[in-house]
Amino acid sequence: MNFGEFVCFKAIVGELQAGDRDGVIAELVTALKKAGELGGCNIKEIIRAVIKRENEASTGMGKGVAVPHIKHKAIKKVVAAVGQSSKGIDFNSLDKQPVYSVFLLISPVDDPDKHLEVMEKVFRHLQQEKFRKFLRQSHKAEQIIELLKEADEGSFL
Amino acid sequence: MSSYKQDCFGAKKKIDFNRQEMIAKEMQEAGESILENTVCETEVRIKNADGLHMRPAMKFVDIANRFESEITVSNDKTSVSGKSIMQISMLAATCGTRLKVKAEGPDAPQALEALRELVEVKMFDEPAGDNEKS
Repeated sequence: MNFGEFVCFKAIVGELQAGDRDGVIAELVTALKKAGELGGCNIKEIIRAVIKRENEASTGMGKGVAVPHIKHKAIKKVVAAVGQSSKGIDFNSLDKQPVYSVFLLISPVDDPDKHLEVMEKVFRHLQQEKFRKFLRQSHKAEQIIELLKEADEGSFL
Repeated sequence: MSSYKQDCFGAKKKIDFNRQEMIAKEMQEAGESILENTVCETEVRIKNADGLHMRPAMKFVDIANRFESEITVSNDKTSVSGKSIMQISMLAATCGTRLKVKAEGPDAPQALEALRELVEVKMFDEPAGDNEKS
């Protein structure tokens, strides 16, 4: 599974405007909607669902990254938005540190294996210090797209 | 006690753990610990329908961190630390996947038993997969 197959390049935000967690979630869901990935879904409902999931247990797993995600019945194919924040967002992360890179994922309800496959790809890369560093240095969507394409070519494994 | 006894390898597998603990206690009292490097290994199967996604992964890491022993979890391709949420999530173990869990340290058998129970008995408090329903 390549980033190119599930990350919506039109929903990559080089510099997030929002300064708090819920705002960032709303910004990324809106970006997916604008990119036409959410069809006729009610985005308010999706934003609420992501925030609810995040409140149950933070997906900010430390090292400056967070991966908020939900399953939604209206989604047929896993889709992700990526956002960068140079000021850092409080995600109530496990290590209590701010989050600079956010991968927001929405998966279909009936394909848990595909969801895991995507998670594997994301975490395998976020696990690499070099990948995290390059991501954090990217403040333009084009730079992030370039980075993800390099990752798909195996540059970080 | 007997469920993981056969999973532990090396000479120690023949030792009854109760007895092992007793010996350890005696040895500790004598200023030494023979259990310091106990290595145990077992195989667990993911039985919940959604597999080892982030919430189960967090539960796993949470339990693993209660133990002093080093915990390593492996699939065919990768070996990762059982105490890192990011690394465990990386395994992306789907329902039906078998994982090797290795524990190394003074509380290795207890750690493996607690993790096995979480994965196979409690199934992370999630519904079983289609093939796992009895």
